[in-house]
Amino acid sequence: MHSDGQKAPLALKLAAGAGILFLHLPILLIFVYAFTTEEKSYQWPPPGFTTRWLGVAWDRPDVWSALGLSLKVASIATLIALVLGTLAAAAVSRSRFFGREAVSLLVILPIALPGIVTGIALRSAFNLAEIPFSFWTIVLGHATFCVVVVYNNAVARMRRTSGSLIEASYDLGADGFQTFRYVILPNIGTALLAGGMLAFALSFDEVIVTTFTAGQQQTLPIWMLEELVRPRQRPVTNVVAMVVVLVTLLPILAAYWLTRDGDTVAGSGK
Amino acid sequence: MTAAVSFQNVSRHFGTVRAVDDVSLDVRPGEFFAMLGPSGSGKTTCLRLIAGFERPTGGTVSIFGERMDTVPPYRRPVNTVFQDYALFPHLDVLGNVAYGLMVKGVNRATREARAREALALVRLDGFGARRPAQLSGGQRQRVALARALVNEPKVLLLDEPLGALDLKLRESMQEELKLLQRSLGLTFVFVTHDQGEALSMADRVAVFNEGRIVQAGTPEEIYERPATRFVADFVGSSNVLAPPLVESLTGQHRFASLRPEKIVLSGAGAIAGEVRSHAFLGATRRLLVQTPQGALHVTLPSGAALPPVGTSVTLHWSPADLHLMEDAR
Repeated sequence: MHSDGQKAPLALKLAAGAGILFLHLPILLIFVYAFTTEEKSYQWPPPGFTTRWLGVAWDRPDVWSALGLSLKVASIATLIALVLGTLAAAAVSRSRFFGREAVSLLVILPIALPGIVTGIALRSAFNLAEIPFSFWTIVLGHATFCVVVVYNNAVARMRRTSGSLIEASYDLGADGFQTFRYVILPNIGTALLAGGMLAFALSFDEVIVTTFTAGQQQTLPIWMLEELVRPRQRPVTNVVAMVVVLVTLLPILAAYWLTRDGDTVAGSGK
Repeated sequence: MTAAVSFQNVSRHFGTVRAVDDVSLDVRPGEFFAMLGPSGSGKTTCLRLIAGFERPTGGTVSIFGERMDTVPPYRRPVNTVFQDYALFPHLDVLGNVAYGLMVKGVNRATREARAREALALVRLDGFGARRPAQLSGGQRQRVALARALVNEPKVLLLDEPLGALDLKLRESMQEELKLLQRSLGLTFVFVTHDQGEALSMADRVAVFNEGRIVQAGTPEEIYERPATRFVADFVGSSNVLAPPLVESLTGQHRFASLRPEKIVLSGAGAIAGEVRSHAFLGATRRLLVQTPQGALHVTLPSGAALPPVGTSVTLHWSPADLHLMEDAR
C-alpha cells in the first residue's frame, strides 16, 4: 500500500513501535525470567542467569502430567470439532432447511459468549445430569468452542467451492463417499487443517471453561495458574510458559501460512 | 421403438412454484433434442430431472425404457455438460476427464489412455497436464465435453453449454457439437434460451414456457407454424397480428403470425403504411412500417430498393403465409 511514495510521519512510526512493544514485551519478560537465578520472586533486573530450571522442569512429574493432559484434551477436542464442524458446515452451506440460519448462529454462539458463561452453563448442566467431572467433561467444554473455529473455516471454503462440482462428481458416477473423498476433501482440506490447528491452540491454553469443567485434573494452564500462587521454583512456570508459547505459536503460524491466499481464518479470537 | 428419454406427466414443484408442470415428452434415440425457453421456463429443471439432481413431484422419467424413480444421479446412464463446466479445480485436465472412469475403478493406464482419446476427440491433445484455470472458456467447454463423453453415456445432457462463449466461438462450437453428435450417433438433450442455437442445431425442439411445453416439433415446424403467440414471439422476430386485423383479412377472430421476410412491397394492395425506420442486418434490412392496425416488421434483401423513412408503402403477402395460432401463452 503506497501513498505516492510519501513516508509515514515519525510520530506515527513511534506510536506503532510503542504499540508493538506493549503487546510483545511482557512475553519477552516471561522468557527472561525462565532463566533467572532468583526463585522466590520476580526481581528486576534478574540477579543472574542460569539454565538449571530447564532441567528442574524436565524432572517434575506434575509438569508432565499436566502437559500430557492438555495435549490429550486438545487432540480429542480438535478431532470432535473437525468431525462436527465439517458436518455442520456441509449442512448449512449445501442445503436449505427450516432453521438453517438459527443453526448457523447457534454454532457460532459459544465463541461470542464469554468463556465464564459457557463454563458456568456447562458446570450446572453436568451437575444437573449428574455427570462426574472427568477428562471427558473437559473435552466437551473445549469442543464447544473448537467446533466454531473449524465450522467457520469450513463454511467459508465450502461457500467458495461451487456447488456444481459436487453435482458434477455425482453425474460422473461417484457416490456420496467418493465425492467427499475425491472432490470435497481436496477442496476444503487446507481450511480444515487451518481450523483444526487453531482449535488445537485454543484448547491447549484454555483456562476459564476448564476451571469449571475439570475435576481433580490439571491441564497445563490451570497448573500454571496454581504454580504462580506458590513461591516455590517460580522460574519453572516460566520455562513451561515458554514451551506453551512455542507449542501454540507453531500451529497458528502454520494455519496462517496455509490459508494466506485470500481466505481468512475466521473466528480466531476466543 | 423405445424412447431415449421419456417424460410421462412429469411435474416438479418447489413449494407453490410449479417449475415443471405436467410435462410429457419423448426424445428419440440418436436425436439432437433442444429444450428452448426463457429463463424460469422449466427447461433446466427438466434437464436436472433427467440427470437425477431433481426428483419429480409427480409422473415418471424413463431413460431407454428404464424407470428412474429411485435411481440416484451416479447410477444413471447419462452425463452432463454443466453451464459453468464445473471442472474440478484441484485436478489437471487429464484427471478431470479420467474422473468418471477413476470412480468406476478402471485402472490408471486404461483410464488415462481413454481420457487422452476423449481429449483428442475434442481437439485438445496435449492439454492433459494443464489446470482448468489455465484454459480459455472454449477449451474448458471442450474439457467438460470430453469428461462427459469418456463415460460413454447413453444420453448426453448439455445445459446452455455455449452460453459463456463469445459469438465467433459459439458458432464454431455449434457446428462442432452437431458434427460430434452425428459421428457418435449419440442422443443429445440440449438446453438453451437462444432460439437461433436451438433452431440451427436441433433435430427437434421443445419450446417451454411457465413449466409447460408449449410446442414441440422440428425447427421448421416451430418457425413456420408457431402454435401460440408465445412461440411466435419467442422464436424469431415474427409479426403477431391482432384478432381484429386477422378477422378483416381471413374472417376468423384469431391471432396470426406473419414472418417479416414473407412481406413484400409490391403487388396488389393489402395494407398501407408508412416507413418509420431502417435497420441494417448484414444480408438483410429490417424496416419498421406503421400501419393503422399496428406496427409491422418487414425484412428486405440488402440489395433491394429501399423506400426512404417517411414514405408510404403497401404491404403484401401470400394468404398461406399468414399462420393462425392460439392466444395462449
